[in-house]
Amino acid sequence: MRPFQRSASRDAEPRANELVVALAGNPNVGKSTVFNNLTNLRQHTGNWPGKTVGSAWGRCEFDGQSYLLVDTPGAYSLIAHSAEEEAARDAILFGGADAVAVICDATCLERNLNLVLQVLEVTDRVVVCVNLLDEARKHRIEVDLAALEEALGVPVVGCTARSGKGTRELLRRAKEAAEGRTAHVPTRYPDDIERAAEPLKRALVALGIEVNARFAALRLLEGDHSMASRLAGVLGFPVGELPAIRELLPPTDGERVREEIVNAIYRRAEEIARRCVRAAGDDSRQTRWDRLLTSRLTGVPVMLALLAIVFYVTIVGANAPSAALGDLFGRAEQWLTGALAAVGASAWLNGLLSEGVFRVFGWVISVMLPPMAIFFPLFTLLEDLGYLPRVAFNLDRQFKRCHACGKQCLTMCLGFGCNAAGVVGCRIIDSPRERLIAILTNCFVPCNGRFPMLIALIAIFLAEVGLVSGGAMLSAALLSLLIVLGILMTFAVSRLLSATLLRGVPSSFTLELPPFRRPQIGQVIVRSVFDRTLYVLGRAAAVAAPAGALIWLLANVSTPGGTLLGQLVRALDPFAQALGLDGAILTAFVLGFPANEIVLPLAIMAYLSTGSLAEMGSFSSLRALLLNNGWTWLTALNTMLFSLMHWPCSTTVLTIARETRSAKWTLFSIAVPTACGMAVCAFTAALARLLGLA
Amino acid sequence: MNRTLNELRPGESATVRGLSPDGSRNIARRLMDIGLTGGARVKYLFSAPSGEPRAYLIRGAVIALRAEDAALVSTRAESEGSV
Repeated sequence: MRPFQRSASRDAEPRANELVVALAGNPNVGKSTVFNNLTNLRQHTGNWPGKTVGSAWGRCEFDGQSYLLVDTPGAYSLIAHSAEEEAARDAILFGGADAVAVICDATCLERNLNLVLQVLEVTDRVVVCVNLLDEARKHRIEVDLAALEEALGVPVVGCTARSGKGTRELLRRAKEAAEGRTAHVPTRYPDDIERAAEPLKRALVALGIEVNARFAALRLLEGDHSMASRLAGVLGFPVGELPAIRELLPPTDGERVREEIVNAIYRRAEEIARRCVRAAGDDSRQTRWDRLLTSRLTGVPVMLALLAIVFYVTIVGANAPSAALGDLFGRAEQWLTGALAAVGASAWLNGLLSEGVFRVFGWVISVMLPPMAIFFPLFTLLEDLGYLPRVAFNLDRQFKRCHACGKQCLTMCLGFGCNAAGVVGCRIIDSPRERLIAILTNCFVPCNGRFPMLIALIAIFLAEVGLVSGGAMLSAALLSLLIVLGILMTFAVSRLLSATLLRGVPSSFTLELPPFRRPQIGQVIVRSVFDRTLYVLGRAAAVAAPAGALIWLLANVSTPGGTLLGQLVRALDPFAQALGLDGAILTAFVLGFPANEIVLPLAIMAYLSTGSLAEMGSFSSLRALLLNNGWTWLTALNTMLFSLMHWPCSTTVLTIARETRSAKWTLFSIAVPTACGMAVCAFTAALARLLGLA
Repeated sequence: MNRTLNELRPGESATVRGLSPDGSRNIARRLMDIGLTGGARVKYLFSAPSGEPRAYLIRGAVIALRAEDAALVSTRAESEGSV
């Protein structure tokens, strides 16, 4: 359940006569754009490192040949540092591809050649794709593709994937590479390394290492533990422990070997770049925008302003469409009731279908669709521009203070869309400790499923009415404030975790700030509407309909002590009151575990078991209903706070379990935000009552 | 004059001499992978609002580093030329 990416096909098994091509590349070189262009998929691509988490598959056909393309996460090197780099390495080494296409950024080819030369150490069935040629031209950088092909000994293709130029040619040359028509000369390392590597390589071949044994030998020589354990996994026994191998590992200093190897590769990359790249301009990059977006004076204010503007536009824009949709669904419900009665449905069935299933479904659509259809394109726009890495850059100091990683910020941004996606995105964080912190705190960022309720409650209770522009501005400001509170909680909990259960010092931090790129408006809209909006909405609706039926049943099945729902609400009420909530709200949060989107509809249904709502979706009728049920501004505030801080939804919990592979941390990820939310709510409730404010 | 990367002034360029061993933090390899190997030209571009991390131009890409990581990279002034 990851709205930001998906597999093109469930059957990733290659078919007969199909060529499997793995796409590799540094982060942010347009690898996913190439993939999408070829497979006509809208796999999500963003202008920041670490967008592809896990692999995606896609199929295409060209010139009578069918291809299975496998997209891998971006990696600077095959020496894995993070979980996603490990995934990329394994896909290239053990993925069984017929050819590897290494996508390069023409504007910094030298750095990209590091990966190309490393991949060439694994296999020479490689095709190099020099992407972003248009951007390079703008910077007056010329790449001599023929000379590059000559220097590397494998096919080289020039490409501008955004406009689809050169991607077909990539397929043609990939076939050439897969057929083994290449002539690559491996990189030579200093003699002592070569002398040590040769017998080791032969010993590995004798053991049945199928991946390029030279690559494996070099990794063992430099003491790459991750690689050693992966080899052990492939062979079924610990390779590094074998006496035959151990005696071939000279007592050299792994770090020195490592440095010599990287130096040799980069020297070769420099030499190739000198021959093949002509840069007419100076190499200074445009940093004017960066100064505005990251300076001491303007960096943080611009960040907060952008956040507030996005919310303002969302709230103002969503108002009228939400009301109109609510009206429409209200009338449709009446029609449905009439139609069901006409075909002789029993009152019971009629109630279940129209007041249960249809009403909740209608609520979810009318309240969620408009804000999402505005928020997601805006957010995608910022993402496409390349703004998100700047946010991570601005906030890294704060994360470092909490002994966490600045990239956590990027995973939080993903969390705005869907916390499950945010949790998966934590794979971009190198240190396992920091990654766990990011996973455990991700749901302090309200996901899209929680926004509509927050917006509705702010509009109704705090900003009074959302219909006038002044009210909308106040709403946006309050919502931003709530987000800032969530971010502060993230800092506080991160700091607390790294001082207690996840003790440790901050690890390294390298974050690439990609150039600002002009967003492709059409693509932004298509992608944000189809990939995000409709996906999230579909999921919400799928959950809402059965949940609507369930809650209607709970509300209508009578026992001697009243309806089931009534009993549940009454049972939870005393505890909920202490938190400044009420039994119905807490019941809604509990029953809303499958999806946060349905919490407010559930609460409404709970109230409705004693009353009735005339109009769906309109703020004024909702306000009247909530006030009739004893809501005060404190109830609204604490409901929002509790929405910001409570257990993650079921999808997110499952994702956390999958990502951490630990029952303990999964339970912990539920307990931490819940405890925070209860503590904060109990505190505000006690304070407000003490001061006589509510 | 030899200085570490985090001692550069904004707008200043230098050439990488090498990396200091960093014990168990395993950052040296990461820094090498992004292009901070001997002879590479680096330019300090700008910093985050709080002064850290800082953004450097490394082999055509802008990369942010924290102070303690940049301190592992020893450099020499541009004009001294390469070996």
